[in-house]
Amino acid sequence: MKDEVPTTEERVANLKGMGSSRKRVEDVRFTQGRGNYVDDIKLDGMLFGDFVRSPYAHARVTTIHTEEAMKVPGVLAVITAADLEPLGLHWMPTLAGDKQMVLADGKVLFQGQEVAFVVATDRYAAADGVEAVEVDYEELPVVVDPFKAMEPDAPVLREDLEGQTEGAHGPRRHHNHIFTWEQGDKDATEAVMAEADVVAEEMIYYHRTHPSPLETCGSVASMDKVTGKLTLWGTFQAPHAIRTVVSLISGIAEHNIRVISPDIGGGFGNKVGAYAGYVCSVVASIVTGKPVKWVEDRMENLMSTAFARDYWMQGKIAATKEGKITGLWCHTTADHGGFDACADPTKFPAGFMNICTGSYDIPTAYLAVDGVYTNKAPGGVAYRCSFRVTEAAYFIERMIEVLAIKLNMDAAELRRINFIKKEQFPYNSALGWEYDSGDYHTAWDKALNAVGYDDLRAEQAQQLEDFKAGKTRRLMGIGLTHFTEIVGAGPVKNCDILGLGMFDSCEIRIHPTGSAIARLGTISQGQGHATTFAQIIASEIGIPADDITLEEGDTDTAPYGLGTYGSRSTPVAGAATAMAGRKIKAKAQMIAAYLLEVHDDDVEFDVDRFVVKGAPERFKTMKEIAFAAYNQAIPGVEPGLEAVSYYDPPNMTYPFGAYICVLDIDVDTGEAEVRKFYALDDCGTRINPMIIEGQVHGGLTEALAIAMGQEIAYDEMGNNKSATLMDFFIPTSWETPNYETDHTTTPSPHHPIGAKGVGESPNVGGVPCFSNAVHDAFRPFGLTQSHMPHDHWRIWKTANGLGLHS
Amino acid sequence: MIPANFEYHRPSEISAAIGIIQQHGDEARVVAGGHSLIPMMKLRMAEMGHLVDLQDIEELKGIEFSDSSVVMGAMTTQHELIDNADLASRLPILREAALQIADPQVRYMGTVGGNVANGDPGNDMPGLMQCLNATFEVVGPDGRRSIPARDFYEAAYFTAREDEEILTKISIPVPATGTGYAYEKQKRKIGDYATAASAVMIGNGAASIAMTNLSDTPIWSEAAGTALAAGDVDGAVAAALDAIDPQEDMRGPVEFKKHVAGVILRRAIARAQSRVG
Repeated sequence: MKDEVPTTEERVANLKGMGSSRKRVEDVRFTQGRGNYVDDIKLDGMLFGDFVRSPYAHARVTTIHTEEAMKVPGVLAVITAADLEPLGLHWMPTLAGDKQMVLADGKVLFQGQEVAFVVATDRYAAADGVEAVEVDYEELPVVVDPFKAMEPDAPVLREDLEGQTEGAHGPRRHHNHIFTWEQGDKDATEAVMAEADVVAEEMIYYHRTHPSPLETCGSVASMDKVTGKLTLWGTFQAPHAIRTVVSLISGIAEHNIRVISPDIGGGFGNKVGAYAGYVCSVVASIVTGKPVKWVEDRMENLMSTAFARDYWMQGKIAATKEGKITGLWCHTTADHGGFDACADPTKFPAGFMNICTGSYDIPTAYLAVDGVYTNKAPGGVAYRCSFRVTEAAYFIERMIEVLAIKLNMDAAELRRINFIKKEQFPYNSALGWEYDSGDYHTAWDKALNAVGYDDLRAEQAQQLEDFKAGKTRRLMGIGLTHFTEIVGAGPVKNCDILGLGMFDSCEIRIHPTGSAIARLGTISQGQGHATTFAQIIASEIGIPADDITLEEGDTDTAPYGLGTYGSRSTPVAGAATAMAGRKIKAKAQMIAAYLLEVHDDDVEFDVDRFVVKGAPERFKTMKEIAFAAYNQAIPGVEPGLEAVSYYDPPNMTYPFGAYICVLDIDVDTGEAEVRKFYALDDCGTRINPMIIEGQVHGGLTEALAIAMGQEIAYDEMGNNKSATLMDFFIPTSWETPNYETDHTTTPSPHHPIGAKGVGESPNVGGVPCFSNAVHDAFRPFGLTQSHMPHDHWRIWKTANGLGLHS
Repeated sequence: MIPANFEYHRPSEISAAIGIIQQHGDEARVVAGGHSLIPMMKLRMAEMGHLVDLQDIEELKGIEFSDSSVVMGAMTTQHELIDNADLASRLPILREAALQIADPQVRYMGTVGGNVANGDPGNDMPGLMQCLNATFEVVGPDGRRSIPARDFYEAAYFTAREDEEILTKISIPVPATGTGYAYEKQKRKIGDYATAASAVMIGNGAASIAMTNLSDTPIWSEAAGTALAAGDVDGAVAAALDAIDPQEDMRGPVEFKKHVAGVILRRAIARAQSRVG
């Protein structure tokens, strides 16, 4: 038998590096029920906390009677705002520069607001204690409509802000007004509108919904009174930021706080913010000296932790007769609920809503966003999207359709003639962004060809004729979307949260035997970081991904980072990972050269080794180099093989995609059935195609939910009507259609490996695509806009309003 | 979502179960599959000191067949309705309806007796039992009695069963050979109650129509059945729609529900007619 020398291809395959559909290493434990989530954490003597919540959306809290609760066996304490006030913890800062009550301080502003925290020996006793607390409320007039909230005589919601005319983001012009945020050129845009051949105008409402991750929010706080150290486990998408915030608001020195995000069962933005439960579990642990767990149930999650969307977007789009877009105008009324707890970079109170010019070369644009208080739960987080990008994408992709109707044009063609051209990148948008790279025409043509667009339109026309002839009661809709995302927040020069720059980090340690551990400032919530980041390292430094352990989420061990949301992990921490890898590679090169007795410049990297240039039989593998790093005294080189990188991205990344949906609508019942969904994503360099596909499937399913039924609805009294999974729509496999995925690859020019991020693209592009398909089915009957969610009764109502039932 | 404290009882005889109920009165409730009661307890909308689990009572289990009827124990699960081939051949509408209830996990636990006894207007079985002219047997301190399904429902969660009685058996007359059937249900998603549902039996000069979740009780309309038996589909639909009284909820407003009730009923009638042999 002769020795088999592995080929280059075999060595590359052995690494399971970038481009490999490596199986997710996390799934071994997740599929066997061996994950370790917050609620799996059990400590000796651990107590449980549970909230008394307000049944009213707006009321004065006059008295809280805790005596009966204290008599419940097992109840140890009932904490109210009065108890927190001496500690200065009855209010907490929000991520948006506002403040929020931890426990009701004199009044409540939304149904489900936290009023008192009952601490007991087990969660059953805590629940009994909650039941025994009696609260006296005086009901106040409720405002659930953001437009009514801005009327002169609207009830004052935030009495604590009375007389404050300056908010965190500029002047407040009304007692329920939070901020006005303006981008672009107002005068120029209005001039374009005045002179345009055609102006289409429409109100586009993106309804309130909720990220509703499978695992709800929770925390376990453990204050060790001997060492003075606080350990806080929690469902945190940004554990380091939480540590800093806890230190700032509690006064506990930051080195005495250890924050741990264990396995997290989905976040989707819901776990970015700080919640009353976190604060109360910490306070209760400090007071009792025992670990205290708080875990919300599903109803609490849907009622009180962060919602998403709720944007009323008034739009105007101007174009020439031929369909060339000349200007875009948007005024958004943003319903933020009782406190402004949006999770956005500080300088962006409406997130990146100014990406609303989308994929189109729109020379002139103006955007204004008014944030408004109402008697609804706070939040406004980026539900599987970068900050407010899904609102922006929905807005522009609806406005394109509205314009196509006005111009009597095919919406695919209207998009094509307005796309930013490949040669225009980097492209500076009218609302201030520099798009890094794109090739929209190629993606669009590929998508239209893949679905047989012209044939679909012919089939649709035939079905319409059949409908009009009474042969069928079903209409066919073709939904189109070309979206451009903006992710990877972000450059420290303009992106921070609570003053913390939005860089991210990676530390890699190579062990003597050539395996490695890497730690990052991000935290996976199901994205598969342990799989994909190991692939980046594998390709960068030539150690097999299977030999690399990935750790995240423990602030005592991981380097500082801003966490995982807004599809930022790959663009920012992924870049840090590549850069840390390159530092290791540079040192490895010096070691290899020493071992091979040549000059540093005379060796070059080859998959998993350094070879002498021109003499490939002379090489040192990374495994050999790693060992040498620990056992050789190399002149001028420190022992060990480790590196850390903190990466401040020079720009955001701009993933894009072309989605097409075909659905059939039963005009009589309002049911819509998706028969085809094609999703082309361009996320730049593809690290793990299988994980990308999984991300796209999951994001599209959330998009389906949002577009077709999922909502947080309130009645006039501010009662949440959708606080259970009976009414809050989460699709099962039964409701989920098949998806066809496809891709083009346009690398980011500024990212070390050209990757752009993909986790949120399918939600951003999917929602307008499903919605456009519904609208398209009714376009021949004169429909221009009907608000989501397109559930049965709303579709039925649309059909009814168009006279299709008579 | 944590219930208040309760005592758990698990008798093996009906008489013992009744004894526990008599002893504790309002404080006690029986539980079959638990899919209605346990969520209510977790929400603390139902609080009782004593929960009487019926699953160890053999007499409440099993399905018996005779030439003229099917008699099933109250603890027969929805899953058994789907899985029992003899039942499917005699009363295929039961299988068709059961497949539209919730999901497999729920159907393994959910029982027919619990479904019909609770008086929840959202449940599918009550309307179906009215359509099939089933009879419910209840047992209480004073013995057994039978109540026709069509007389059983008084208002939402209020039925002809007395507090100290337990629903033990459901007896369904086997339809004549060649009878067409259909259970048609519109729902928002798997696991949801009906936006509108209807059960239709037709054939041999007779017809029966019942509607689900369109009133605070199931609606069996004699006039609708009579019209349909006479071949008057429009009249049958008009009569059924006249009998319903839907309420607005997250499934939609009243006018929508009335409209889809008609659509669903017409579809059920058409499918039932297509199956007349």
